[in-house]
Amino acid sequence: MFDEPFAAGTSLIHSLDPRIRLGVAVACSIVCSIVHSLPAALLALGAALVLVCLSRPPLRPLLRRMAVVNIFILFLWLTVPLSQQGNTPVLASYGFFVLTQQGLDLCLLVTVKSNALVLLFLALVATMPTPTLGHAMAQLAVPNKLVFLFLFTYRYVHVIGEEWQRLHNAARLRGFSPRNNLHTYRVAGYILGMVLVRSYERAHRVYEAMLLRGFNGRFTSVSTFQAAPRDALFCCTALTTCVLIMAVDYWEIFCV
Amino acid sequence: MHISEGVLSPAVLYGGAALACVGLGLGLRKLDYDKLMTVAILSAAFFVGSLIHVPIGPANAHLIVNGLLGLLLGWAAFPSIFVALLLQAVLFQFGGLTVLGVNTVNMALPAVLAALLCRPLIARGGKARMLGAFLCGALSVAGAGLCTALALALTDEGFVQAAQMLLLAHVPVMVVEGGITLLTVGFLAKVQPELLHNALGGRECA
Repeated sequence: MFDEPFAAGTSLIHSLDPRIRLGVAVACSIVCSIVHSLPAALLALGAALVLVCLSRPPLRPLLRRMAVVNIFILFLWLTVPLSQQGNTPVLASYGFFVLTQQGLDLCLLVTVKSNALVLLFLALVATMPTPTLGHAMAQLAVPNKLVFLFLFTYRYVHVIGEEWQRLHNAARLRGFSPRNNLHTYRVAGYILGMVLVRSYERAHRVYEAMLLRGFNGRFTSVSTFQAAPRDALFCCTALTTCVLIMAVDYWEIFCV
Repeated sequence: MHISEGVLSPAVLYGGAALACVGLGLGLRKLDYDKLMTVAILSAAFFVGSLIHVPIGPANAHLIVNGLLGLLLGWAAFPSIFVALLLQAVLFQFGGLTVLGVNTVNMALPAVLAALLCRPLIARGGKARMLGAFLCGALSVAGAGLCTALALALTDEGFVQAAQMLLLAHVPVMVVEGGITLLTVGFLAKVQPELLHNALGGRECA
């Protein structure tokens, strides 16, 4: 039901230690999210593009994900440059709408940053299977309970998704088609309620089964990660790029 | 509605992340290992629930159901929503790492507060339960819209108009969510009262 088109692969990025990838992704995302100037943001976008190329993703899913992300950005483009802001220079005005330089600059910066961050995520995090991400989180000092929750939510999203699909099919076979009426909302509410009831019962069964197999609250994993020299090299390169981006940003803001 | 990455200012991002950490801490501390499984599978159910599309007027919106989640899980709604958002980021690239904190607070905080407010009403049963469930669903979505709009408006005054439009778009969703929450709570009360009862008795879930 939910495919992970980027997770499998043999590229350089895929062969890196998931802990390093996750750590670098978090650090680079933070740096990328705090830049204020366009040149620094463009540099980050360039670096993210290089990473995505290195991870050699399938093109069609990549473009589809990028399109989805840019819908929100498009919404901002439609509203922000047209909103009036204090005493900024006005580029053009069409009756009620006023186009300002400040609004355009803001939109451009946000677009570049947003795309850089998504590409970064696609290159470094989406390239590992979700369970691997969970184990990497566990080894990077994320609380155990949260990792447990993450892994089991992922595990059951597919099962519950199929359950919902089954109920939905059953409703459709009985001639249900969604419209703007109370009946539609009632069916949706009841299907949701049924999914919840079944999930609740399933949770009890699964937990009892886990207790029978000796679950004692600790979550052990058979997969181990091993960092290699190239991981260190990658980490250093990424952090140097981060420092470079920060330096460019600082230069643009305070010195130009 | 998620806020995409790269939009918000650092102050808003890290304020949101700090608040999310507090909420997560509270939620996780109240959560025993024997309830984790229930929360995990209910999180999965809500993740799937948020993929359900219902027609609203000419448009089509997906359910948010954060009110119901707050009602059933209490403070555990924080880790539950955090995990669901992280999964959405991983599987669909909605949202992302840096906005995870803000988005979690936007969805979870109104849900927890609305649930705390509406629980006494729902526990009374009958008409009061219907009113409480409607309010719980509607207030959670209204709060989520308000928090999202606030995060945008606090970032830059250029976003104020976008924030207003976002808030306006939440109004019909709010009514529909309230209605769906009302119907689902009614259904749960008939089919599996213990699920509601445990939530209302202070023993959040399980």
